[in-house]
Amino acid sequence: MMEMNMVQAINAGLHQEMGADPDVVVLGEDVGRVGGVFRVTQGLHDAFGEQRVIDTPLNESGILGTAIGMALYGLKPIPEIQFADFIYPGFDQLVSEAAKYRYRSGGEYSVPMVVRTPFGGGIKGGLYHSQSPEALFIHTAGLKVVCPSNPYDAKGLLRASLQDPDPVLFFEPKRVYRAVKMEVPEHAYEVPLSKAAVVREGSDVTVVAWGAMLYEALAAAEQVRGDDGLDVEVIDPRTLWPLDLDTVLESVRKTGRLVIVHEAPRACGFGAELVSLVCENAFVHLEAPPQRVTGFDTPFPYALEDDYLPLAHRIAPALRETARF
Amino acid sequence: MPRARHLAAVPANQRATDEQERSWLRRRSPSGQSGEHPSPISHALKLRLYRGMLLSRRLDERLMALQRQGRVGFHVGHRGEEAAIIGAAAALREQDWLVPCYREFGALLMRGAPLCTYLDQMFGNAADTGHGRQMPDHFHSRAQRCLSVSAPIGTQIPHAVGLAYAARLKGRDDVALVFFGDGATSSNDFHAALNFAGVWGAPVVLACRNNGYAISLPSSQQTASKGFACKAAAYGVRGVEVDGNDVLAVYEATRDAREAAARGEGPTLLELVTYRLDAHSSSDDPRAYRSDEEVAAAAAREPIGRFKAHLLACGALSEAEDAQLQEAVDAEVRAALEAARAREKPALDTLFEDVYAETPWHLTLAAREAAQTARGGSAHTPEGSAD
Repeated sequence: MMEMNMVQAINAGLHQEMGADPDVVVLGEDVGRVGGVFRVTQGLHDAFGEQRVIDTPLNESGILGTAIGMALYGLKPIPEIQFADFIYPGFDQLVSEAAKYRYRSGGEYSVPMVVRTPFGGGIKGGLYHSQSPEALFIHTAGLKVVCPSNPYDAKGLLRASLQDPDPVLFFEPKRVYRAVKMEVPEHAYEVPLSKAAVVREGSDVTVVAWGAMLYEALAAAEQVRGDDGLDVEVIDPRTLWPLDLDTVLESVRKTGRLVIVHEAPRACGFGAELVSLVCENAFVHLEAPPQRVTGFDTPFPYALEDDYLPLAHRIAPALRETARF
Repeated sequence: MPRARHLAAVPANQRATDEQERSWLRRRSPSGQSGEHPSPISHALKLRLYRGMLLSRRLDERLMALQRQGRVGFHVGHRGEEAAIIGAAAALREQDWLVPCYREFGALLMRGAPLCTYLDQMFGNAADTGHGRQMPDHFHSRAQRCLSVSAPIGTQIPHAVGLAYAARLKGRDDVALVFFGDGATSSNDFHAALNFAGVWGAPVVLACRNNGYAISLPSSQQTASKGFACKAAAYGVRGVEVDGNDVLAVYEATRDAREAAARGEGPTLLELVTYRLDAHSSSDDPRAYRSDEEVAAAAAREPIGRFKAHLLACGALSEAEDAQLQEAVDAEVRAALEAARAREKPALDTLFEDVYAETPWHLTLAAREAAQTARGGSAHTPEGSAD
C-alpha cells in the first residue's frame, strides 16, 4: 500500500492497465510528453511510446471520433478531454455515435472506451473550466457515467470501466485531484460499476452526493451532528448511471428523509432524477419533501464560485430543515 | 531527435498533391466516349463491376417504386453514382474496411453481403440485424467489415481514421475506405479527420462522392474552392480528382490509393466527380432547385450505358449476354424483395436490447412495462413476455 492522491492513483492505474493490455491506448491534447495539464498521464509516453500515448491535434470531435474508430477495431482507447467544459465540440460523437453504436448495429459493433475528463469547480477556473455536465450524458441511453470521489475508488473504478464493454464517461473531480490522500493498493483491483458506497452511516437524513461535493456533505453532516445532534447518512453513488438505486432506497426507507447535493445547475440535473426515483419507489417512507442543494441555474462564475457551489454552509441548513419538517 | 511520427512516415515529397495524380479527369475522358483508353483490367472483373452497377440500378428503381406505394419507408438511392460506389468498393481487399455514408448499399453488396441482408434492413423486419431500429438505408454488416450508417453528416470520417490507425498499431495492413458526399466536406468532422489522418499518416482512403448537390445546395454553396480534391493539400494528404462516372477510373484510382495506404504511404482524398440523377431521397423533390435540362445533360453521361458501350466495344459482352444478365439481376431482386416483405416485424423485447451489453435494471423494468401495456392485438408482442 502507498499513500496516493487521485492524480497518482489514476496514473498508477493507467500504467498498470497499459502494461497488462497492449490494446489500451491513451489519446488527447497534451497527454503525451507533458503528461496532461493535470499530469494524470505523466510518464506514460516514456513507458509506452508515442503510438500508444498519442498527443492529438486540438479537436475534441476528432479525439472522440478517432477513438470510436479505434474501439470499433478492437482497441481500448482512453481519450482525455482536457476539461469537461471542452467536451461540447465532441458531444455529437458521444451521444450520436459512441452511445448508439451497439444499439444501431444490433450488437454487432460496440465502443468500449473510457473518456476521462476533469470536471467541477472550486479551483478558480471560471466559466470554462468548472462545469459539471454529467446530466447530459446520463440522459443519453447507451452511455455509462462514473464519478469517483477518492483515490482508491478512482483506480478501482478506472479498471472496472476499462473492463466494461460499453462507452464510459469518467468524470474526475479536479478539486479532489491533489486534496485527498489515502492508502491505495499497488496491485490491480476493481471497484465494481453501479455499486454505491455508504460513506457515513446515519439514521436521521440521507444525503446523496458525488465528486468533490461528497466532502462538503460530510462536513455538513459533522456540523449538524455537533449543533443539532442529527445523525446523517451519506451515500456516494460512484457510478451515476446506471445507478445503484437499491442502496439509495434502502437508506431512505431507514431515514425517511433525502437531501441531494450536486454542483451542476438544478434544473433537469441528476438530482431531479434521483428525487423522482425515490418518490416513485419509496414515497410512503418519506417524512419530508426531498431537497436539492445544487449549483444555480446560471453559468458558472469566477469571483463568486464559493457562493455558487453547494458548500457545507448551504447543505447544513437543508439538513436541519429536512429533519425538522 | 527528429520530430517523430506516429505511424507510417509520409515523405514530404509524396504528401504534396501531385499533378499527375490530379489529372485523372484528363486521363479518363469525361466525354462519355468509351473504349478510349486501354485498361489492364480483366474481362471477368469488368463484368463483375457491370453486374454490381446493374444490380444497384435495379434496386434503386424497385425500392423507389415501393416507397411510392408505401411499402418501404424511405430510400436514398445512388442512380447515376453507381460507378463511383461500385468501382471504389471493388478495389478493396477482403480485410479492408468499408465506412459508408448512406448511399453505398451497392458497395456493401460488392463486398459479398447477401441481398437479403440489405433488404431486411430496408423493411426493418425481424431478420434485420439492426432489429428495425434505424431508418431504411442505414445498414451495417460486421461480416463484410462494413460499419453502421449514421444520419449526422461527416461523423463517420474520423471513425475511419481511428480504424486505420488501430489496424496499423496492431501491425496489420488493413485499409479503411470511407465514403461521404460533397456536403460533408463542410462538416467539422471532415476537417478533423483529414487533419488527424495527415498528421498520423493513417492508412485510410477518403472518398468524396461529389454528386453535385447536398440536398438542394449545389457544390458551389458548399465550398469556394475549385472542387474538393484540392482540400487535401492543406492537410498534407494526397488529393486525386477522378471521373466518378468512369467505373474503371474509379477502380484504378481507389486501388492505387489503397495500395499506397497499405504500403504505409498514408491517406488519399479521392474526389469522385459524378451526378445524382434522382432526388436526394424519397422525401425530396429536386425540381425545386435544378432544371430538367441539367438533369438530361447529366443523364447522357451516366455511367452504366457508358460502361456497357465499352464492354461491347472491347468484346467483354454481347447484346445477348447483356439481356440475359439484366434478366438474371431482375429475377434476383424480385425474389429477394418478396422474401424480405413477407417477414414479420422485430419482437417487442428487442426494443430494450443492445442499449448496453448487459441490460440494466431500469431497462428490464421498462421492458416489463412495455409488455404489459402492449398495443391490443399487436402482431409483434413476444409470446409469454407479459406477466
